[in-house]
Amino acid sequence: MLPSKVEEMLRLALVAELTVIDASGRPITYPLIPLYDGRIIYMTSSVLFSEKLRHIKGNPKVSVALTDPTAIPSEPFHRATIQGDAVVVDDDLHSGWERLLPLWRAKEPVIDKFLKQRFGIPLFFERAVIEISPRKVFLFEEDSPESPKVFELAQTS
Amino acid sequence: MRAREAVKRSQDYPHAVLSYVGSDGYPVSFATHFKADIEHSSFEVGPLSAEMLPSPGQQVNLTFSHIRPVQGIGYDERRYINVYGPAAVSDDRLTVRAETATGWDEKETPFFEYCERNVGRGLKYFEDVGSRPRLAAGWLFFIATRLPFLTATIIPVLLGAAVAASHGFFSWGLLGLTLLGGSALHLGLNVANDVFDDMSGADPTNVTPTPFSGGSRVIQYQLLSRRSMAMMSALFYAVGIAVGIYLAETRGSELYILGVAGILVSVAYTAPPFRLVNRGLGEAAVGLGFGPITTLGSYFVMAKEFSGEALFASLPVAIFIALVLYMNEVPDKPADSAVGKRTLVVRWSEEGVVRAFSVAAATAYLIVALGVTLRILPIYTLGMLVTIPMARSIVRDLNEHFDHPYELMPAMQRNIGLHLFAGMLLVVGYVLEILI
Repeated sequence: MLPSKVEEMLRLALVAELTVIDASGRPITYPLIPLYDGRIIYMTSSVLFSEKLRHIKGNPKVSVALTDPTAIPSEPFHRATIQGDAVVVDDDLHSGWERLLPLWRAKEPVIDKFLKQRFGIPLFFERAVIEISPRKVFLFEEDSPESPKVFELAQTS
Repeated sequence: MRAREAVKRSQDYPHAVLSYVGSDGYPVSFATHFKADIEHSSFEVGPLSAEMLPSPGQQVNLTFSHIRPVQGIGYDERRYINVYGPAAVSDDRLTVRAETATGWDEKETPFFEYCERNVGRGLKYFEDVGSRPRLAAGWLFFIATRLPFLTATIIPVLLGAAVAASHGFFSWGLLGLTLLGGSALHLGLNVANDVFDDMSGADPTNVTPTPFSGGSRVIQYQLLSRRSMAMMSALFYAVGIAVGIYLAETRGSELYILGVAGILVSVAYTAPPFRLVNRGLGEAAVGLGFGPITTLGSYFVMAKEFSGEALFASLPVAIFIALVLYMNEVPDKPADSAVGKRTLVVRWSEEGVVRAFSVAAATAYLIVALGVTLRILPIYTLGMLVTIPMARSIVRDLNEHFDHPYELMPAMQRNIGLHLFAGMLLVVGYVLEILI
């Protein structure tokens, strides 16, 4: 289980920074919408922007940082980083990701409008799901922004 | 993006996200304060607590990200920068030398263009996972045929039939057959145009397609093969020709002349060796085909004779449909130019393109006013003049957004509406003439 403060941030966050590691060992960060079902952190990626998927397939170790007060309307505002192991689910790129629509819709209601017009940008809606099982959390609380509390988590898989 | 440019732009962001690979092999990433040093193309990052410092000399990534939340919608104003380089550690601070940078700002590269520029990467991913892009059959037909553009055929067919009806000739059955034949030929042309634009490279080169320009993209997205599209086009042409032959045999062989002229114009529009569209004659060909030829054909089917009035009435419709093509060529200008597709928009300056649009639209309205004054057209067709403000707004937007394809899209949609509304108001003018 994630600390409740972090769960709340994940539920509110419009954007988080997913960091993956490329083949050369370099970290690469992508701003994405984080979705959370109480156990797993989900992100989706269009095949158009599939570099991150390749990197995760090569090295499943990732982190998700919650850093932007504009994108996370929680009071008081804290920051958090979740390290975990990611799996790319791409066996049904056309509609497999649609199971996450209820979580996605809650953060970006306009997605339904885009989806009705998916014929206009069909490849954007061919998407893989990134499932992240959290293993460690760094919580940067408002009163000590430089020194995080660290939580080691039991594996969810 | 150049590293120095990224350092400069980073100053617009309130914080950085520092990422590096920790000793356990997992990425460590967190928000931190930063100061950009443009002169040295570097950043001072920190203060950081001792346990959050990377190793001296370690490669790190600094990310600067921005969105604007929009209540009830989600967010907009997406932009981000990633800067990579080695970190030098000094006490509780890092100095990060910016070596490389990437990023995206949707104000500079609109979302649709950003997607289009990555199509190759998306298709490669499909190849790697042994799959293919999919789309529901109905939608695939809708976009492959560019079905909404069928109004270009429906309007002149209705206009020809309305003029004939005002002269006492009308049959619903014949109207239905004329619509079927004309629509089949039109869809055949749309699909053929995609096939030839794919072969010439015009559509694959285009990274700023819109729903109104740049083709249907079904071939480029590998939703349908070029061969399937060619077969679909042949099928539509076969249906159109069969209906045309039936009408010519039952209503008069003069229809063969119009039919052959229509097919020749539609094929010569895009196919080698003529490629009228490449020679700046696309607008004339489209205007002729979806103006006089279709209107006169529809009139002849009803009346078994030609009509000067039908020809005259078709002229504004011809101009407006030519303007649809003309404006849709604006976002395609760079791609068309690159492959030698010398459309009028490619040939003329921005100012010239806008001015020619104004002159052409004004001419269409003058023709109607003149037609009514000379008692060629019914007085009720003057109702078409209510679309003048619509035309003016299109000219204004064309002038303002000429170089911004996605900002031009609403005006392109309005331009298609202009043809539809102006054409329908001419038809309504004739219906009122019959009824009143």
